Amino acid sequence: MEPRPRSFYVLSTFFALFLLFLYGPTITIAILSFQGPGGGLTFPMRGTSLHWFRDLFEQQAVGDIWGSFRRSFALGLMVMVTTVVLSVMGGLAFRKKFYGSSILFYLIITSLVIPSILISLGVGLIFSQSGLEVHWSTSGFGSQLTWTLPFGLLIMFAVFNRFDKSYEEAARDLGATSWQTLRHVVLPIIGPSLIGVALFGFTLSYDEFARTLLTSGSYNTLPLEIFGMTTNVTTPVLYALGTLTTVFSLLMIGLFLCLALWSTRRKARAGSDAGKGIM
Amino acid sequence: MALPIMAVLMFFLVLPILMIVAVSFWQATEFSIIPAFDLENYEFLFGSGVTYRVFFNTFKYAFVTWAFTLGIGFTVAYFLAFHVRSLTWQIVLFLLCTIPFWTSNIIRMISWIPFLGRNGIANSTLLSWGVIDEPLDWLLFSDFAVILAFVHLYTLFMVVPIFNTMMRIDKSLIEAARDAGASGAQILWNVIIPLTKPGIMIGTIFVVTLVMGDFITVRFMSGSQSANVGRLISNDIALLAYPSASATAVVLLLTVLLVIGIMLRFVDIRKEL
Repeated sequence: MEPRPRSFYVLSTFFALFLLFLYGPTITIAILSFQGPGGGLTFPMRGTSLHWFRDLFEQQAVGDIWGSFRRSFALGLMVMVTTVVLSVMGGLAFRKKFYGSSILFYLIITSLVIPSILISLGVGLIFSQSGLEVHWSTSGFGSQLTWTLPFGLLIMFAVFNRFDKSYEEAARDLGATSWQTLRHVVLPIIGPSLIGVALFGFTLSYDEFARTLLTSGSYNTLPLEIFGMTTNVTTPVLYALGTLTTVFSLLMIGLFLCLALWSTRRKARAGSDAGKGIM
Repeated sequence: MALPIMAVLMFFLVLPILMIVAVSFWQATEFSIIPAFDLENYEFLFGSGVTYRVFFNTFKYAFVTWAFTLGIGFTVAYFLAFHVRSLTWQIVLFLLCTIPFWTSNIIRMISWIPFLGRNGIANSTLLSWGVIDEPLDWLLFSDFAVILAFVHLYTLFMVVPIFNTMMRIDKSLIEAARDAGASGAQILWNVIIPLTKPGIMIGTIFVVTLVMGDFITVRFMSGSQSANVGRLISNDIALLAYPSASATAVVLLLTVLLVIGIMLRFVDIRKEL
């Protein structure tokens, strides 16, 4: 190996500083959430305790944290499943030109770039004017899909751009029906990428704020609850909650990444050449 | 196969936009909104000096954030793609850059408080170093804080597409340039940057639209002292003035689509995936 140029060390330092910038603040509030009972929102630490975490688990005046967590979790799973299924269907459809495909493509781009508050406002208006009640599982669910579906579809486009069609042709030549081809050839090959789509679907929904603002109705999701807290809570209990949900997010991300790693390995171990299609 | 997606987008994207366009012509009383065809909302919007200031502010945020995210994002992606030599490390470091994207933006905003507050880490450090005599007030709840938060939240939208295009640059092109006697800077300027343009455009589209459509970062990080168009809309919504919120929303949407339309002339997104 040739020796590293000097620029490598400059850039490494830059990268390390970038990571510090990225994670530093989050780590800081994680530390501050262990403030002693008399501590405030900034350093110094006045002792260390679990006081603020305990606060979260007690019934309190600031709202319904655990209820909103359960709602966000359920909504995240709903959005995740829907995003995966619809993205795969859409990805398969887009492999051929179909009537309205370019319109749909531009709709997907619009969905990605439209300011979130417009979705919130528009969906809220439709529901209120037609006498329907906004609820996180109906209007909130649909609004979040307009944010997760574009990501899911773009991933599927990327996957199918690299997909080797000869595997399907081989399956068809051997007499597989189109369903068998899909089930036994296409889906196993794109499997690991679907875990990626699921990760996007779940986490983007779980953290979504703007699109749920006017569409979740009287029951808040967790991000709405947290934002409400920022205006009236001035104790480290806010950090404790922030730390807990970040830890939860990290666990979910870790879970998805492990699943992806596992399914890639499994594919490789099965001794098939299936994975080569999406290199 | 594409029908379900079409249905979702029709009901939750197209219909809401049409609804907003319609409501932007309606009239509002204190308690309700009334269907009408009235240009009053637009007249008020374009007749007010606030509108132009706020739109200017929105573009200012977008431009400054874009410049910083591009500079940082390009450098990070360049390091990952050309200086990290093993694929495993590339993936690990790349994931480290993207993980925050899957966590909550609101919490990432909140987490700047202990840094930037009057008694925060930044102020106490500067005080103890003797750089300043009294705490700086403009760190939190200012335009500085807004831009900082934007850069913090959105730099990875630059890193990902730029890294993606860089990874697809044929390494032999760089070797050829070196064999032909190009210096490192020349390779960067004449080979890598031109080939990375599509990634830069995609990152730009993301950052510009996210910043232009934002309302929550500006509200939270400026302590309600600065405004952008998104906040104008959310303020109207809070006052239940939906028609005027809708009119502002229509103008914002047209502005964003115009900006994106111009950018899409330079890049074919489907080819770049």
